[in-house]
Amino acid sequence: MNSKLKLITDGFIKNNPTFVLLLGMCPTLATTTSAVNGLSMGLATLFVLVLSNIVISAIAPLTPDKVHIPVYIVVIASFVTLLQFIMRAYTPAMYETLGLFIPLIVVNCIVLGRAEAFASKNGVWASCLDGIGVGLGFTLSLTILGAVREILGSGSVFGWKFITGDGMLAFVMAPGAFLCLGYLMVLFNKLVKK
Amino acid sequence: MEYFLIIISAIFVNNIVLAQFLGICPFLGVSSKLSTATGMSGAVCFVITLATLVTYLLNKYLLIPFELEFLQTIAFILVIAALVQMVEIVLKKISPSLYAALGIFLPLITTNCAVLGVALNVVTKQFTFGEAAHWLNLGESMVYAFATSLGYGLAMVIFAGLREHLALNDVPKAFKGVPIALITVGILAMAFMGFSGMVK
Repeated sequence: MNSKLKLITDGFIKNNPTFVLLLGMCPTLATTTSAVNGLSMGLATLFVLVLSNIVISAIAPLTPDKVHIPVYIVVIASFVTLLQFIMRAYTPAMYETLGLFIPLIVVNCIVLGRAEAFASKNGVWASCLDGIGVGLGFTLSLTILGAVREILGSGSVFGWKFITGDGMLAFVMAPGAFLCLGYLMVLFNKLVKK
Repeated sequence: MEYFLIIISAIFVNNIVLAQFLGICPFLGVSSKLSTATGMSGAVCFVITLATLVTYLLNKYLLIPFELEFLQTIAFILVIAALVQMVEIVLKKISPSLYAALGIFLPLITTNCAVLGVALNVVTKQFTFGEAAHWLNLGESMVYAFATSLGYGLAMVIFAGLREHLALNDVPKAFKGVPIALITVGILAMAFMGFSGMVK
């Protein structure tokens, strides 16, 4: 049981996709203008990651080695299309906000990376847990980054405003994304990696 | 005039890396040396322009008439993957010197989200250059794709130049590597924000 739990917790710190593996930088920087946006993007990626990990680990033994990358990409792209349908139906506003970065989950290196490095070599259940762990780690980092940028940029947390007037707008715009992620990474290195 | 606006907007105002956050992974990955940065920019430029041409035609003459727009994501990524393979094979035959220069960068481009990003942007978004918002026609799409990839090259080359200097400096241990690079990009993005307002 412990090893199963470890598969999930590994994704938080040791294999944290954002701060350690440096994967999926584009959605990390682009969609974290607020904590809610970061959380939604994280959950959307989690959805695709878990389902594609499950299917890929199930079909990996049957896939010829030469075409395995195109096969994985088609599996991932199908789940992304499914996600697009679901989001358009139930959360159209969030679908508009995240925009281009929902279809771009297809080329998110986290998803293909886990498929190649973990799901293709392990069983269905383990791959499912790995997907949940890495997906939650990604969601956590995105939510933290989104919260930091929202606090500095608009003076609010999860939409709850604690100052009157505007924050430092630069943090909601492009430069703030790079700066915040840079300094958060420094903090992570200092606290965790030693 | 319209084409001029598209070019300025795509290279400076809405720079693909510094304002749209596309293609960050290779941007951070291969920018530690100026020579690899120029090689990668060349390959990206080539593939983005070609991929946009093919996906635009595919969308207009196949997906829209058959009402299959929801397949855009799957169809485009497959086209791009196949295209990259084909470019590799063709280049190897007709221009071995160019192939040697771009060679190692080409396979990496399939998963560069800048390529899929530009291809999807062109067919799913209306652009405002000058007067009213409108869908881009084929010529405008090509100019937009080419200018965007020039912007990618510009950001990449500037950043590689900065990073070569950065490597010689003594930065604190926790900042070493990616964190200081990200902070540098942040400052670079701030400089590029100075262009906003030039084109709406």
